[in-house]
Amino acid sequence: MNQLERDLLNNLQGGFPICPHPFRLLAERLGYSEETVIKGVKNLISDGYVSRFGPLFNTEKLGGAVTLAAMSVPPERFDAVAEQVNSFEEVAHNYEREDHLNMWFVVLACDENMLENVLHQIEEKTGLNVLNFPKEKEYFLELKLEVPQ
Amino acid sequence: MNIPDDLPELDGIDQALIRATQTGLPISSTPYSDIGLGLGLSPDVVEQRIQRMLDVGIIRRIGIIPNHYKLGYQANGMSVWDIEDQLVDQVGEQIGALDFVSHCYRRPRHLPEWPFNLFAMVHGTSRDVVEAHVAEIRDLLGDAARDHRILYSRRILKKTGLRWHKGGERKCCD
Repeated sequence: MNQLERDLLNNLQGGFPICPHPFRLLAERLGYSEETVIKGVKNLISDGYVSRFGPLFNTEKLGGAVTLAAMSVPPERFDAVAEQVNSFEEVAHNYEREDHLNMWFVVLACDENMLENVLHQIEEKTGLNVLNFPKEKEYFLELKLEVPQ
Repeated sequence: MNIPDDLPELDGIDQALIRATQTGLPISSTPYSDIGLGLGLSPDVVEQRIQRMLDVGIIRRIGIIPNHYKLGYQANGMSVWDIEDQLVDQVGEQIGALDFVSHCYRRPRHLPEWPFNLFAMVHGTSRDVVEAHVAEIRDLLGDAARDHRILYSRRILKKTGLRWHKGGERKCCD
């Protein structure tokens, strides 16, 4: 990774300008040319250091309901259950974690009823108990990832 | 969890913009104008709408979304803490402000099997680093933390960021 890419990673995790020529403005702030910055962002994506460039939406404010849920899945059934859970389009993320609660997934639905309904369907389909961990309060959410020089 | 009463309203134009940008903005000299072209909206309208969504918090931020894994932050530990109810909000603010914590939430306990009510995602380049960070949190909290655990991720089983599908026939969100 070169200096330009590091500068972009450390300065562009938010605050992308909203104006007719945002990359030009950004480039002036960082001391590069517009063309260089555009190419740098493209390279970060093609090299996989950046998964996406654009707005990060606050899912809950888009309307609808979201929750984190977890299950304790017997190891011998793990892959089959993962497939069953992932088959729900409402399941957005699903992680295997090292704990007796070994499957953790995020469910997005249109409203609270739909959300309950999806969790219930997952229980029916898998025959396993689903623990619901809705967010009660968010303390901070800021990506502060630093890329060292 | 209830949908807040002050939920900002999204009209058809906002929804079209969300659909058009949820996978990313064009990486060009005039990204907002380019988005508008595809939707039949003037650049001014696109900019105003996006600015409003940012102002009311529908958009958290605009920029690059880094790939933690590729950047060397392979160890992602979900630390979970059992904090006395009266202290949890104060403690949550403290932990959330630490620079190695990316998300910090209060969530319900499921007693007896799950006494933890505070979740903090800790990122590090290795498990040793994550464990050092968690030890730092533990020292910071002292007696306020009755118990804690780190749940490391072993595998990503699914990851989609999409809220509304292209074409927009997503049952009830429209």
